[in-house]
Amino acid sequence: MRRIVSDVDEVRSGIRDRSLKVVDVRMPAEYKAGHIPTAMNLPLRTLLKDDSPETVARLAGSLGIDRATEVVIYDDTFGALASRVAWTLEHMGHHTVSLLENTYSQWSSLGLETDNAIPDASAAAYNPVMNDDILATHGDLESPNPDTILLDNRERLNYLEHHIPGAMNIPYRMLASRDGILRDPQEMRRIFENRGIRSDSHIITYCGSVGTLSGLAYYALRTAGMDRTRLYVRSFKEWRDLDKPVEKQPDANYWDLSAE
Amino acid sequence: MSRPQTTHARRESPVPVMNLARMEEADAFAQTVKEFRQGKYPEDMFRRYRLQHGAYGTRMTSDYAMIRIKMPAGQVHPSQLERIADLSEQFSINSAHISTRESIQLHWVVLEDVSEVLRGLAEVGLTSREACGNAIRNVMCSPTAGVCPAEVFDATPYAQATARFFIRNPLNQNLPRKFKFTYSCCEQHGMARIADIGLIPQTRTVDGRTQRGFRVFVGGGLGNKSYVAHQLEDFTPEENILYTSIAVVRLFDRLGNRKNLARNRLRYLVNQMGWDKFRNLVLKERDVVRATQSVVVKMPVEPPIPEITRRVHISHRTGETPAGYARWLKSNTFAQKQDGYHTVFVGLEAGDITSTQLRALSEIIQEYSSEGTGRIGFNQNIAMRYIHEDDLIPLYSRLLEAGLAKSGALTMATPIGCSGTTSCNLALTNSHRLAKEIQREFLSRDLDNDDALRTSSIKISGCPNSCGQHGIATIGFYGGGGRMGHDMYPSYMLSLGGRADAEAVLGQNILRVPAKRVIPVILRIIEIFRERAQPRDDLKSWIHRVVMNGDDTTIPEIRNMLSPLTTPPTMDEDPDFYADFGSDSSYHTKTGRGECAA
Ligand code: HEM
Ligand code: SF4
Repeated sequence: MRRIVSDVDEVRSGIRDRSLKVVDVRMPAEYKAGHIPTAMNLPLRTLLKDDSPETVARLAGSLGIDRATEVVIYDDTFGALASRVAWTLEHMGHHTVSLLENTYSQWSSLGLETDNAIPDASAAAYNPVMNDDILATHGDLESPNPDTILLDNRERLNYLEHHIPGAMNIPYRMLASRDGILRDPQEMRRIFENRGIRSDSHIITYCGSVGTLSGLAYYALRTAGMDRTRLYVRSFKEWRDLDKPVEKQPDANYWDLSAE
Repeated sequence: MSRPQTTHARRESPVPVMNLARMEEADAFAQTVKEFRQGKYPEDMFRRYRLQHGAYGTRMTSDYAMIRIKMPAGQVHPSQLERIADLSEQFSINSAHISTRESIQLHWVVLEDVSEVLRGLAEVGLTSREACGNAIRNVMCSPTAGVCPAEVFDATPYAQATARFFIRNPLNQNLPRKFKFTYSCCEQHGMARIADIGLIPQTRTVDGRTQRGFRVFVGGGLGNKSYVAHQLEDFTPEENILYTSIAVVRLFDRLGNRKNLARNRLRYLVNQMGWDKFRNLVLKERDVVRATQSVVVKMPVEPPIPEITRRVHISHRTGETPAGYARWLKSNTFAQKQDGYHTVFVGLEAGDITSTQLRALSEIIQEYSSEGTGRIGFNQNIAMRYIHEDDLIPLYSRLLEAGLAKSGALTMATPIGCSGTTSCNLALTNSHRLAKEIQREFLSRDLDNDDALRTSSIKISGCPNSCGQHGIATIGFYGGGGRMGHDMYPSYMLSLGGRADAEAVLGQNILRVPAKRVIPVILRIIEIFRERAQPRDDLKSWIHRVVMNGDDTTIPEIRNMLSPLTTPPTMDEDPDFYADFGSDSSYHTKTGRGECAA
C-alpha cells in the first residue's frame, strides 16, 4: 500500500537525497516568511479558484511536479488544507502523494530546520488520468447505495442544526492526535469501529463548503484501512445551493449551551 | 491597555491528583453499547448500566448522551481542565457545562463515542462512574473549604475520603434512588441542609484536647417536593463520620421505597417514618455497623496539604489598572483566612465555558494559584484560590483576555439555570438561556454593584424537578406552559424567599410569570423593595421578613403589584411573547422520558 502519511524523518531524508518534493499550501506571505527547506508554494486558495484538472495540472507542472513525483504536502491548519490539495492530486491519478504527519507550527516547535529561500523549479508536464473512484457527487447522495455510510465532518452544533439526511457526524476534531494531524491508525480504527464503520464499508465524507475538513477525514479513514472512501468535494454548500432536503435535530435549543 | 508583563515559574501543583478512574470501564462500555445496538442487551438494563457510568440520555433522542464528570470535593487540576477542553472539541459541542453539584458536563455526545470520552478522562484520573443513576452522586464540598474565614477546619479531605470509600462500593450499587453528600465549610457558605447527608465541621474540647467532628444533617433535598434536613446529634466526632454515613446508606438501601419512583428519595422515608424514629434507627444501625465491620474502617483521610507558599515569580505591572477592575474585585473575589491571599471566582454564563476558555483557565491557575488547582463552586462556577493580593491586577487582565472576567459572579447578577430545553428530556422551558438573558440585563444595568442585592440569588429550573435549585433562591422560577385561548406560551412559577444557609427555608410560590415577562417582574420586585424596605435591609433579608412575617408588605400585596405585568397579549399584538428564548417558532411543550429516577 502506498504511504498516506509521511513522518518527519522520512521527509527530512527525502529532502536530503532530493527524492521528494515538499508542497506548502499556506498563503504566499506565510510561505515567504519561512517554510520547510526546498518546499514549493501551492496555496490552497489558488487551487480553489479553479480546481479543474487542466488548471491544477498546469499549476503542478509549473512547480516541477509530474504524476510520478513523490510529493509530501503540509499546511498549518491541522492538515485540512493539505488534505484537500493531496486529494485533488490523487483524483488526477497521482499515486505518490502523502501528508506530512504534523503542521508547520508543530514542525518548527520541534526545532526542525526551516528556510525562506524560494527554490527554483524547472517546469514539468503533468498529465492527469482521472481517478473518479475517490470522488462523490450530489447524484451519488441522492440515490445512495443503501450500504453507503455518509459522514458529516463539521462541528457538532452545525450538524445538529442541519445536515444531509442520513449522515453521521464525525467532527474533524476527532481525527487529530496531540502532536500530529491524525491519530494513530489503530486508535482511529477503534473509534470508527465503535461507530459501526468497517474496513469494507462504502463511505462518503463531506463538510461545509470546499472539502477540506472532509478531505482530512478522507485520509483519516484511509489510514485506518477504510479504502472504499470517497469525498463529496462540493459538500454541503452545493447541496444547499441545489435546494436538496436537509435534516435537523428537532425540539431542542442546543445552541444556547454554547459559551461562544 | 498594555498587557502586564509577568514571568512565572510553572511548577507542579502541591495538591495531589485524586484518581478514582478505571480504564477497563471504558472498554467495557464500548462493548456494552455494541451489544445493546445488536439487540443483545435489554433496553432497561442498558439504561441502568449507562447511568451508572455517568451518561444520561438527551432531549428527544437516545442517540446522544450527556456525560457528567465527577469532581470529588470540586477539586480540578489544570491538566484535567485541558483534557476536558480537548474532549469537548472532539466529542461534544466545543463548550462544557459546570454544574451546581461540582461536576463538569459534556452534552450532545454520540452514544458510540462515550467510551472514548471515558478513556480520555481515565488518563487524567477522572471518572463519571456513579455520577447519575441510583447511586451516591458526586460528593460535594464548599469551594471555600480550607480558606473560609469562618470555618473551624478544612472539610476537603473528609469529602474526598467519602468519595473514595463509596465509589464502586457494593453498598452503593443498587440504591432505591440517588443519594447526595455535601460538606460545607461553615454555616453560611454551604448546602448542608439540602443534601441527603450534609456535614459542617465543628470542634469541641474534651479533657483539654480539641476534638474534631461535624454537625451531621440527614434527609434534606430539593425536588418536586423539597425538604430541609434534620440534625442528627449535637456533635458527631470524626471517627464516627464513616460509620454514620454507612448506617444511613444501609437504612436507605433496606427501607427506601423501591416502588414509587416519585417518592423514593431518603427525605420521603424520613418524612413518612417521622424524624425521631428514623434518628433512633440511624443511631442503632451505626452501633451495628461499628460492631460488625470485619476490618476497622477508617476514614481514609489523606495527609494534610503541605503548607502553601506563593508561586515564585516576578510580576511587574506596566500601564494602568484595567477598566472594571474595582467592580470585579468586589463582586468576584474575597480575602482568605490566610493573610495576603484571595479566592477569585471566574464569571461564566449559566456555567458554560468554551474549550479555549478551559485551556486559558488551566494556564492561569498554573501561573497564579499557589495551590495549583481549581475548585468548582456551588453556583455553576469555578474558583481559583491562593491568589496573592499583588497578583490580582495581572490576573484580572488575563481573565479579561480570555473572556472570563464577567463581574457579579458572587452576586444575584449571575443566575443559575438548569439545562432546560437545551438538552433535558423533561424540560418545559429554556431556563438555561433565560439565566443568560437575566445576567446580561443585570450587568448592563450595573446591578452587580448594588450592595443591597449582592447577597440575593436567582435560580431557574426548566420544570418542577428543581435541578436549577429554584426552591432555595431569593427569587426562584420553574418552568411550565401557559395558555391563552388555543395558543401556548412559555411561563414560570415565581417563588420568593428561599435560602439554604442556617435559616434554610424553601421559597413560597407567588404567581405564574410568562417567560418574556420574567425580567420585568424581577426589576419590579427590586423597585418594590426599594420603595418599601427599611434603610438597613438588603433584598434577601427583606424578602425573608416579608415571606415569614408579612413585614412591610404581604405576599398577596406583592402578587397584586406584579400581576399586571403578567397579562398575556394576543398573538397578533405580540407574537414574540409566544416563543421561548432561543427559538423563533411558537411554543409548545414537549417532553420525553425522564431518567432522574432510572
Ligand atoms: C424527575 C427527574 C429529576 C429530578 C427530580 C432531578 C433533581 C435534581 C436536583 C434536585 C438537582 C439539583 C442539585 C442538587 O441536588 O443540589 C439536579 C441537578 C441537575 N440535574 Fe436533575 N433531576 C431530574 C432529572 C434530570 C434530567 C432528566 C436531567 C437532564 C439530563 C437533569 C440534569 C441535571 C443537571 C444538569 C443538574 C445540575 C444543574 C446544573 O448545574 O445544570 N436532571 N437534579
Ligand atoms: S429542572 Fe427539569 S428541565 Fe431542568 S434539568 Fe431538571 S428535569 Fe430538566
